Amino acid sequence: MKLLVPVKRVIDYNVKVRVKPDGSAVETSGVKMSMNPFDEIAVEEAVRLKEKGIATEIIAVSAGVAACQETIRTALAMGADRGILVETDAALEPLAVAKILKALVQKEAIDLVVMGKQAIDDDMNATGQMLAALLGWPQGTFASKLDIADGKATVTREVDGGSETLALALPAVITADLRLNEPRYASLPNIMKARKKPIDTLTPADLGVDPAPRLTTVKVSEPAARKAGVKLADVAALLDKLRNEAKVI
Amino acid sequence: MTSLVLLDYDATGIKQPARSAVAAAAKLGEVHVLVVGENIAATAEAAAKIAGVSKVLVADGAAYAHPLAESFAALVVGLAAHYSHILSASTATGKNVMPRIAALLDCQPISDISDVIDADTFVRPIYAGNALATVKSSDTKKIITVRAASFDPVAVTGGAATIEAVSGDTTNAGAVFLSSEIAKSERPELTAAKIIVSGGRGMQNGENFTKFIDPVADKLHAAVGASRAAVDAGFVPNDFQVGQTGKVVAPDLYIAIGISGAIQHVAGMKDSKIIVAINKDEDAPIFQVADYGLVGDLFTILPELDNAL
Repeated sequence: MKLLVPVKRVIDYNVKVRVKPDGSAVETSGVKMSMNPFDEIAVEEAVRLKEKGIATEIIAVSAGVAACQETIRTALAMGADRGILVETDAALEPLAVAKILKALVQKEAIDLVVMGKQAIDDDMNATGQMLAALLGWPQGTFASKLDIADGKATVTREVDGGSETLALALPAVITADLRLNEPRYASLPNIMKARKKPIDTLTPADLGVDPAPRLTTVKVSEPAARKAGVKLADVAALLDKLRNEAKVI
Repeated sequence: MTSLVLLDYDATGIKQPARSAVAAAAKLGEVHVLVVGENIAATAEAAAKIAGVSKVLVADGAAYAHPLAESFAALVVGLAAHYSHILSASTATGKNVMPRIAALLDCQPISDISDVIDADTFVRPIYAGNALATVKSSDTKKIITVRAASFDPVAVTGGAATIEAVSGDTTNAGAVFLSSEIAKSERPELTAAKIIVSGGRGMQNGENFTKFIDPVADKLHAAVGASRAAVDAGFVPNDFQVGQTGKVVAPDLYIAIGISGAIQHVAGMKDSKIIVAINKDEDAPIFQVADYGLVGDLFTILPELDNAL
């Protein structure tokens, strides 16, 4: 079984993001970039499927600027077999990424796509669902457990108030939620080995995809900051404030 | 210009976030709602009473017994021709289904909007709410999920909509529902509660949630939440989680107990009207967003609070 794992290069989750003074975007120059955390979980799940003998090959793909190669290398160091960079300087939206991934799925005869449920930069939470739609495949989003057997994926999904379990005929798209697994750290020998693994470079045009965005960013702004309030002496003072000042109880 | 809102409901009725999605849609013009499921006549009647709704479309059938993205999206795509905007709340179902609909219509979805500027322009949080993006869509149809906490829900009553049965594609693309495990609780749901009492790593274990937080929550008729640290430590189940990776809430009163105030937690609760922090560390970042703070041992303070209420 051949797996495709899309990985996105995003601002590291530990970085406090800042809006550019001109309000055009979030500042990304000189900022630490990393693999989207949900994508790390997806890579880990794919590697575990390979270790179990279910997956035969794992292809890590990233779409974006040349530096996305680093993100692909991280996936290769975790255990992916080879990489594909779909290089473009255009800002890519989930619809364009889903079209790129669809073309790659068909080109590489992929059986299962495992990807993060959401990127922590644009927080769209859309690409996996859109890829499944374009392929006419079933989708197992927000997965906290995945079992592959007898040509089916059994997926436990996180839903409001609990979880639900679905059976999906393969091929399918799975999107990873936080509790699917705990991603491994790449060992030094595996990081060295990853340097020798191949990465092919394509462009959206090679795949017949027009990446033109449908959304124009009018402006990006900082949210209104909350002001620190007062520290109170005791429970009685707190209840007095809640009852008589805030009037919320 | 007419919008269609896919309504979220469960055994207890139409969910509050669904009424927030109607509120967002009402800013755009006429609102129709779609109720999908099996044996849902009562839900359809309840939907017809929601303020501001002029028509209720009902797709009732065994194929829709469970909210599968595959069959729901196929149905909605068949109805899309009549609508300029298709919306849903950013619930688990909405987030699962709406992008699938968008892709089938060759549109870029606009996820989790927090404001409507005009028919094409919307505000949405990015980077876990650490920035707000105003985006203008050039798509002919706008496929939108709505951040419920940002829109006051429309009233449960006041409407007198017509009800119309619809049918459509039931393609499930090979997805089959097997089971669900939904936690039963007497308490209000996190996303609908007026008051939330949340515990963090400072609670030390799950028994302390039951012993110290539950009594206070009961007296306040509050929902109980938790930080990701408390969930990851196994104190409480994941569906308690408030934050960037959990639920985004905006109650009238949010009481954070033994929660340090990590960016990812604050992103999920900073729109609460009043925030109270109780923490033994007076330098904890949670105090920077709290309206009222108490510095001290939560195992002393919580019983005092319980007695005083």
